[in-house]
Amino acid sequence: MEKSRRREFWAGVRDETPILLGVVPFGLIYGALAMHANLSLAASQAMSAIIFAGASQIIAAQLVAAGATGIVILVVVFVVNLRHALYSASMAPYIKHLDPAWKLLLAYLLTDEAYAVAITHYRREGEAAERHWYFLGAGLTLWSSWQVSTLCGIFIGAQIPPNWPLSFVLPLTFIALIVPALKDRASVAAALVAGLVGLLAMGFPYKTGLLLAAFTGILTGLAVEGRPK
Amino acid sequence: MSIWLVMVLAGLATFGTRLSFIYTLDRMRVPGWFQRALRFVPAAVLSAIILPELVTRNSGLDLSWHNPQLLSGILAILVAWRTKNVILTITAGMLALLILQVLLRGA
Repeated sequence: MEKSRRREFWAGVRDETPILLGVVPFGLIYGALAMHANLSLAASQAMSAIIFAGASQIIAAQLVAAGATGIVILVVVFVVNLRHALYSASMAPYIKHLDPAWKLLLAYLLTDEAYAVAITHYRREGEAAERHWYFLGAGLTLWSSWQVSTLCGIFIGAQIPPNWPLSFVLPLTFIALIVPALKDRASVAAALVAGLVGLLAMGFPYKTGLLLAAFTGILTGLAVEGRPK
Repeated sequence: MSIWLVMVLAGLATFGTRLSFIYTLDRMRVPGWFQRALRFVPAAVLSAIILPELVTRNSGLDLSWHNPQLLSGILAILVAWRTKNVILTITAGMLALLILQVLLRGA
């Protein structure tokens, strides 16, 4: 028991590690933007722990710099992070047996990057009882590197050239996780339509295009799959 | 509103969103279509994140073969499909990107 927990935890750490190459540049950018927005050092770093969602933090820092009101920042952060409700729904069946403290902790760690890695693991064949330890390992790995990279961004600023190639690790990891899971026509259709709508709706503000794309993709998957026999 | 209050409220909103279904799903009767829909969440959301990343360059749409991200992404999709290996996929995609960025410089 103890051994399988430890094994799951470290497997989660290991599988989350490559994605950090893509996450760290964003942490640096956020830290630099927060300082540029004249947020205090403490507030800049605290946001990484309190909100812990990269894209929304970057947008929030830009809004602060632009002098937006608190209510606008609040609404925008909420909208940008709405996609996490989809992750929550998708993850819920796998962790419903856990006690409330575990659920709170895993919900706090439910980012794009931890979700992608953990849900892939949950869908693998085999013994599943201790897989929340894998999720925890992946989530904590991302969490700590996010805290450290935003701190570095705050102190040294982001000396990152545009088109910095390491950011490309993020989409590459998602490709590596999702392509092998496209095993039937309905999933392929869901992925293709979601990707296409995501492309067409790229100009939509605050990741609403992403939400629209995800819902269209999911509905397409359901439609292609048809009624259950 | 002080920035600290904004942050705490925004943090609670984000946390609440992440907790929403994790907290409620085992307390309610879930319709069948909803359960079937959940299967498509990873494929749909992640594809919607991936594709725009592959085709935007210098914050504009670039669907040409001069776009190193697009070519490397297509290669990575093929590698992922054939090998199902995460590290191999990332390595192949990154190498392709670095090489193509040099080859297509000025293109």
